[in-house]
Amino acid sequence: MGIIKTEKLVFEYIRRDEEGNVEGITRAVDEVDLDVKQGDFVAILGHNGSGKSTLAKHINAILYPTEGTVWVDGMDTAKEQNLWEVRQSAGMVFQNPDNQIIGQVVEEDVGFGPENMGVPTAEIWERVEESLKAVGMYEYRKHSPNKLSGGQKQRVSIAGVIAMHPKCIILDEPTAMLDPNGRKEVVRAVRALNAAEGITVVLITHYMEEIIHADKVFVMDKGKVAMQGTPREIFSHVEQLQELRLDVPQVTLLAYELQKSGINMPDGILTIEEFVQSISNCGIRMSAKADR
Amino acid sequence: MLRDITLGQYYQADSVIHKLDPRVKLIATITFIISLFIVQNIAGYLIAAAFLTCVIKLSRVPFRFMVKGMRAIVFLLLITVVFNLFLTPGETLISVWKLTITKEGLRTAVFMAIRLTFLIIGSSVMTLTTTPNNLTDGMEKLMAPLKIFRVPVHEVAMMMSIALRFIPVLLEETDKIMKAQIARGADFESGNLMKKAKSLVPLLVPLFISAFRRANDLAMAMEARCYRGGENRTKMKPLQYKKRDGLAYLTLVCYLSVCIGANMLIRLPF
Repeated sequence: MGIIKTEKLVFEYIRRDEEGNVEGITRAVDEVDLDVKQGDFVAILGHNGSGKSTLAKHINAILYPTEGTVWVDGMDTAKEQNLWEVRQSAGMVFQNPDNQIIGQVVEEDVGFGPENMGVPTAEIWERVEESLKAVGMYEYRKHSPNKLSGGQKQRVSIAGVIAMHPKCIILDEPTAMLDPNGRKEVVRAVRALNAAEGITVVLITHYMEEIIHADKVFVMDKGKVAMQGTPREIFSHVEQLQELRLDVPQVTLLAYELQKSGINMPDGILTIEEFVQSISNCGIRMSAKADR
Repeated sequence: MLRDITLGQYYQADSVIHKLDPRVKLIATITFIISLFIVQNIAGYLIAAAFLTCVIKLSRVPFRFMVKGMRAIVFLLLITVVFNLFLTPGETLISVWKLTITKEGLRTAVFMAIRLTFLIIGSSVMTLTTTPNNLTDGMEKLMAPLKIFRVPVHEVAMMMSIALRFIPVLLEETDKIMKAQIARGADFESGNLMKKAKSLVPLLVPLFISAFRRANDLAMAMEARCYRGGENRTKMKPLQYKKRDGLAYLTLVCYLSVCIGANMLIRLPF
């Protein structure tokens, strides 16, 4: 069994009217089977309302399954006695950088998790230092979080989660409220953590560029897993992705269009370099630095 | 413009008073206030003044910052003085028309003014030299015994520090909503006080909604990071008494006993 495993996971939101009568039931997550191996970088894609955030909240035991089971590191998240251990093993980073920073100073915020876990003072300081260094925010440790940029705030949030020494982190659209530079910063920090520390990463996003480096991608639609595979496998199904209302990266789209009009291009091109490589193989010469 | 408001009135400086444990400062302030009400004659006030001057000098905070706090209570001070001056019965000193100033009245009025002034300056020394964060920590620690009576001390302290953290965020948000409404023709500037107050209502509604949403998000983020109240919680920056804190307590005891002593032993005509 992997670090995160779900089996026939179902979650239903019950909508009630003002008197508390049941108005309707929405299945946000519908029979999802997921298996994530330790050390993997997994991306979950989906447009708004596809159930990806609801799924993420199950891994951190914020929500409990209506049906089915979720295991984190072998622990059933629905069992009360596992609650704190599950939350410690599976850290969670949320979308809004302002609404998840508790401390008034960067280092205090990073120390919040270990404080809650009852880690001795000296060790808290060690953990804070090492996690701030891991996300490249060490020199900002004495700053007020209010003065940081969005990308920096998200990196502080990530450090706050790492300080709890989790086995995996779930990032629920961590870049949705950031500018392109902030997005790059955050994704770079997450990838470095995955590569250097071996922390399992579950990245939930609707930005296609961010999943290129993932080991495995799940595409969700209407609460179900619609597609799964490596980024290359996913991106070779351009039409299906468009049906799921997801934006395919421009370079992939271009390769797909060229392929359709008869040029011999391979499936699922992900980067500009790759594109240039395959197009020159076709006998068309191009420069990676496009003339502007 | 709203962003310029700084919270609390902490004045950054490197002094012994700044470094003292917040608990010492809290207790010292309370003791000082009590001492002001114990002493009944001029000798006691001179001792209090000397003590206060020493502390201010040690704190390295410019005196004008202390006086700033006085501005807010000038009116209160004036009322107290006037009422005490004219309404205390006793030996008549001056009598003009229906108003009489008595000897006792003059004495209470002057002492009341001194008391209030010292009280305000004394407590502003504390707020000027302690960060709000430190202050909440100190209060949490000092009020810990109240836990026996099921007072949620940790929770209150946590709420205070979260409130402090979110004040700039909410101010920024207010600014944003204001600008968005001004852009659509809202008018916050003109009209009388009533009209101005009314124009704030459409500002408060979205602000409250967003504050609740933030609270909800924050609670989830805190739970996700294993927050479960004050039990078994360790501190990243625990409060620890140092040698200087002991010395400060000792000074405090000396001060209080000198005050009481002066009050009992020295007999002065006023």
